[in-house]
Amino acid sequence: MLLPDAPAATSPRELSLSGGHDKSGAAEKAALVFRVGEITALLGPTGSGKSRLLSDIESLADGDTPSRRRLAIDGRAPSDDERFALQGRLVAQITQNMNFVLDMGVLDFLTAHAESRAVPDAGAAARRVFDAANELAGEPFVAQSQLTQLSGGQSRALMIADTALLSTSPVLLIDEIENAGVDKRQALALLLKSEKIIVMATHDPVLALSAHRRLVFENGAVRHILNRSEAENAALARLAGMEDELARVRAALRVGGTIE
Amino acid sequence: MRLVTVAGPPSCGKTSIIARACRQLQDAGTPCAVVKFDCLKSRDAAAYASAGIPVSVALSGGLCPDHFYATNLEEAFTWAQGTGAACCVIETAGLCNRCSPHIRGLLALCVIDNLMGIDAPEKIGPMLRLADVVCVTKGDLVSQAEREVYRHRIRQMNSRAVIRHINGLTGQGCQDLARLLALAPEVDSVTERTLRFAMPAAVCSYCLSEMRLGARYQKGNVKKAMFVQGLATPAAPEEDDDAAS
Repeated sequence: MLLPDAPAATSPRELSLSGGHDKSGAAEKAALVFRVGEITALLGPTGSGKSRLLSDIESLADGDTPSRRRLAIDGRAPSDDERFALQGRLVAQITQNMNFVLDMGVLDFLTAHAESRAVPDAGAAARRVFDAANELAGEPFVAQSQLTQLSGGQSRALMIADTALLSTSPVLLIDEIENAGVDKRQALALLLKSEKIIVMATHDPVLALSAHRRLVFENGAVRHILNRSEAENAALARLAGMEDELARVRAALRVGGTIE
Repeated sequence: MRLVTVAGPPSCGKTSIIARACRQLQDAGTPCAVVKFDCLKSRDAAAYASAGIPVSVALSGGLCPDHFYATNLEEAFTWAQGTGAACCVIETAGLCNRCSPHIRGLLALCVIDNLMGIDAPEKIGPMLRLADVVCVTKGDLVSQAEREVYRHRIRQMNSRAVIRHINGLTGQGCQDLARLLALAPEVDSVTERTLRFAMPAAVCSYCLSEMRLGARYQKGNVKKAMFVQGLATPAAPEEDDDAAS
């Protein structure tokens, strides 16, 4: 039998989730809106509902998940055909997964990925991802390396560069990028350039303040929605400066330097 | 009754995702029944039963499991009808990857997982190539890029199937799978329908429980392979034409 052929996926500019309830059945205060080019940080203790929100987006929630949220794309609920087309294509994810499992060389793999995207010059596209990954990774690796032999940091650098440069999914979900063993702010800057809707679960204060908006979770629902204030801009600059100082000291100590 | 055939290698998550999807269908008012064809033993009945789905297990024992499946399909269909099911799922074991249980005009589903190696979609053969829906499990254990490359390899082997990523542990994607199962055509019987791919020819002495090795014990339908001299790697032989659907 022949199932309906999926039409080409659209590229939404805005997602919203409304109608949510917390674990006690109380309604979420407001609709949650996510836009292209903006970073939204999700904050809250383990079990407070961050992962639920990520999977509500991924599964195109239609009142059918425990949170009872409904997803709207560009202001309206997707039709059955659109849901069908978007299933599995709406969202790219960078999870806490640190290892590859496929038995392929790095450049062969990237070329295969570029080919699957029908990129005009797959070889050149693969090389761009490889170079960007090497800039992010602490220790460089070569194009012939086996994926499975990369270190945790190298693997994450490659996953991040690949998602930023080759993925066509309009939404990017990031889970605790601070544990990646790569330069987190450089990684975020690279991902932001990819013109996606970015939603990031994090426990890191600098990353949380880097986001345009923060959603704070409690008991399975969003309790506070906070936009970054002027005072927080100044705090962010101060904290980022401290991180730079730490990075400088770390780099110096690693090569046998002394600190004045 | 709607009929769906499901095939896939061992331990790839067939039972988990079917039990969850059938559960969703039942909760939405469509009673289901599952027939599991397996070889020597199966614990899957317990998994289905605990999800509240009527299940019957058929073990092929000493017979070729694919032939056993084909010769018991009418009875399986009748049993499922007898349970009052509106949707019957036939789950077959992965077996030797040579065969495909899929039937023309009915819904055919193949399950494979993301950990099987990049060449798996090619190796799996007709049960994937001739499927209408390909479910990919264990995607949470690999990167986004690996999922996408793997999906592309599946697409190269089967240009028309709907491909879905499904998590058998959390159930993510099973709701969508339930919607796909509900699209299966309704049929009154399987009699006079045809398989999408021929089963292997059998009837040699080993089919009749011969255990000794050696040319003198080989009787009946025996085929000899070609073995090349030296180190030259020959081009991979194409699959048998006589098996094509």
